[in-house]
Amino acid sequence: MRLCNVLLTNTMIAGATAIGLAALTAGTALAQHVDVAVRSETASVDPHFSYVATNKAAVTHIFDTLIQRDQNLQLVPGLATDWTHLGDGVWELSLREGVTWHDGEPFTADDVMFTFERAPNVPNSPAPFGQFLSQIEDAVVVDDHTIHITTRNTSPQLLFDLAEVPIISRHAGEGAATEDYNSGAATIGTGPFRFVSWTPGQAIELVRNDDYWAGPAAYESLNLIAIPNDATRVAALLSGDVDLIDAVPPDSVEMLENSDEIDVWMIPDVYTAYLHMDTNRTDTPHITGSDGEPIDNPLLNRDVREALSLAIDREAIIDRLLHGLGRPAGQLAGEFMVGYNPELAPGAYDPDRARELLADAGYPDGFSMTLHGPNNRYVADGDIAQAIAQMFERIGVDMEVETMPSNVFFPSASNLDFSIFFIAWGSAQGTAWHGLRGVLMTHDAEQGYGPSNRGRYSNADVDRLTIASMSTFDLDEAASLSAEAAALAFNDYAIIPLHYQMNVWASRDGFEYLPRQDQMTLAYGLTLDD
Amino acid sequence: MTALVVSRILQGLGVMLAMSLIVFVGVYAIGDPVEILINPDADQATRAEVTRSLGLDRPVWEQYGLFLFNALQGDLGRSFVFNMPAIELILERMPATLELAIAATLLAVLLGIPLGLVAGMKPASRTGRTIMAGSILGFSLPTFWVGLLLILVFSIWLGWLPSFGQGETVDVLGIPVSFLTADGLAHLILPALNLALFKLALLIRLTRAGVKEVMPQDYIRFARAKGLTGRRIIGLHVLKNILIPIVTVIGIEFGSVVAFAVVTESIFNWPGMGKLIIESIYMLDRPVIVAYLMVIVVLFVVINLVVDLLYSALDPRVRLKAMPA
Repeated sequence: MRLCNVLLTNTMIAGATAIGLAALTAGTALAQHVDVAVRSETASVDPHFSYVATNKAAVTHIFDTLIQRDQNLQLVPGLATDWTHLGDGVWELSLREGVTWHDGEPFTADDVMFTFERAPNVPNSPAPFGQFLSQIEDAVVVDDHTIHITTRNTSPQLLFDLAEVPIISRHAGEGAATEDYNSGAATIGTGPFRFVSWTPGQAIELVRNDDYWAGPAAYESLNLIAIPNDATRVAALLSGDVDLIDAVPPDSVEMLENSDEIDVWMIPDVYTAYLHMDTNRTDTPHITGSDGEPIDNPLLNRDVREALSLAIDREAIIDRLLHGLGRPAGQLAGEFMVGYNPELAPGAYDPDRARELLADAGYPDGFSMTLHGPNNRYVADGDIAQAIAQMFERIGVDMEVETMPSNVFFPSASNLDFSIFFIAWGSAQGTAWHGLRGVLMTHDAEQGYGPSNRGRYSNADVDRLTIASMSTFDLDEAASLSAEAAALAFNDYAIIPLHYQMNVWASRDGFEYLPRQDQMTLAYGLTLDD
Repeated sequence: MTALVVSRILQGLGVMLAMSLIVFVGVYAIGDPVEILINPDADQATRAEVTRSLGLDRPVWEQYGLFLFNALQGDLGRSFVFNMPAIELILERMPATLELAIAATLLAVLLGIPLGLVAGMKPASRTGRTIMAGSILGFSLPTFWVGLLLILVFSIWLGWLPSFGQGETVDVLGIPVSFLTADGLAHLILPALNLALFKLALLIRLTRAGVKEVMPQDYIRFARAKGLTGRRIIGLHVLKNILIPIVTVIGIEFGSVVAFAVVTESIFNWPGMGKLIIESIYMLDRPVIVAYLMVIVVLFVVINLVVDLLYSALDPRVRLKAMPA
């Protein structure tokens, strides 16, 4: 598929400049109907069937959450207008008054209670919601528009988690299974659009909810169409068959920006690309001495890891492979996130110093290593792995590169089959402890720490600070604890951060679109530009 | 005749059994689907719970045994991704693929055989040579590239035809089809042409070769000497004698068009089975992958049977006998 992107883009640039896209028809300013093409299809319209970003984006058109995240990951009121901590881990949530479900029934606290019961218990869910309700020890209805929630620990994590859970109604949802949501029978939300139909593999049809509490959408009806192929999605926009596309491939951005008929919208992504290394086993599978003899894992040595980081020219990767659509990273958290540490600068590029460090660490002749990575998951992933391997070659490490489809890559990575690999982490909740807990804390199945720590880095101080950060009530204090943990881990080169990705949408001229850091494509953010 | 049908069905069942085993073990060997399905920050307990609820914690032979047991009762399992019966997902998308495949095959036959006849009758003429040169292009240009080019020219530059999807459909006997609405037909043209191209080239060459072989034969000369019209000679004597290899190829090609329309479906976002299988492979959605291949095996068995029956209709010398299975 990579090949066709490049190819189409090249042909298209030629075409676009030659013809100036004169064939396009303008005049969308009075759009009554809008078509949005998204890369990934939802697996269900059941809002609690599967917690993956794609599903969440699709159902967020129909259902609201109590607390919402704005485009820059900040928590803002949704169906809850206000939340205050009453003490002892008890939160009072005031619910928005006057909100009605799509069928006209009033929204009340009882619906929230029903949601809390149902969300973690959807049969056959491949990505259950339980973890987002795990903070709730007890929830009681005070009156129709007030709820008290007692949390298990004193942290404000509850608020971030509530931004993940779409609220469903009791009257439509009682006894309803996933099938009933897919068919529309139970798909009654409070969101900006009402559900009409879903054809798996094709589109979700929606119409405007004229009574939406935040004001009606700018057009009457909407189709969310799944077009996984990048070139096809771009072509559909260029030919005027759709009005907005997401996940614009980086090599098409310049061409789209140069078109008078198209507007491009971008914002930093919550995904941070990094290199993960086996920092735990003495005997690691894909590293040998430069002569092919088995050696002890050199990645256990912090200086070797620093040398690898110094060998990487992050600016060059961003400039050439991401077409400028990225920024160098020195940590997992982005600058908008709670707990971002501004003192952790992106890794410098200094191959001479890297060679010195390698020599001092006892590897004057380098060693042999295989870098693994996916080739269809992240922006330019296969190419980036190749480029990084060449940069490592320059400091004297003998490299092999093996990239593979993500369906082979992820199971192998989790199975600890690799010594060093390219991967990315998305902190969709906008907190630094999200990544610290997921990637950098010691892998601990019992406590649920470090589930994506596929290098098995382990540092008691990072663990302690992260746990403290996750159980602190005051957000500023929690943020500074996370920042401290991050400083320890990244100065130890526990992983090598590379760059923050960029999220790019493109719309037909005549629209404004509100891009979001969390990658969700929400058509409510698409408005007419007058 | 009955014996033939029965033996074919038995053969088909054998192939299905072997296929299911190979695919099952193959997908199992690739890795754990839970790693793909789950959100990356899910803790280990959640992962274990999902693994258990999808039945992936059992040994592979037990999973396979359970699959066979359910399959015998007509249940091919539920998609991990969609939580819908796998066979339902596939059958839902089959009409779209079949429609595309039939449209492509019709295009190839209706254009390929006449063009091949012309090229075969007058091989040295300019027309004949142009047709042959064109058929080389049809063979050698990669499908995805031609598909993108078609979109570029007809959708983006000229704006005549839509760039993707199936368009408006109407239900015929409960099956949604595109070709009966103007909008659907407009959506069908480009992908069908794209998919037809290779077969079109193949049919031109086959027909031409057949014609060149048949034309100098005695019975054609005799027919000429009798004073039959050119139309009758070609329509009856030439065509009927060259049709056997052509029918075989159309049959085989129809099967592979259905099975491998993946590229065209993906480029034109055609909502067929090919697109589904590709996405299912990415997600390691084993029930869908296995069920899809089952359906394809059935399809090939049926096509081969139809081709055999057509042989005997076209050439009475061919007798149908059951081959030892």
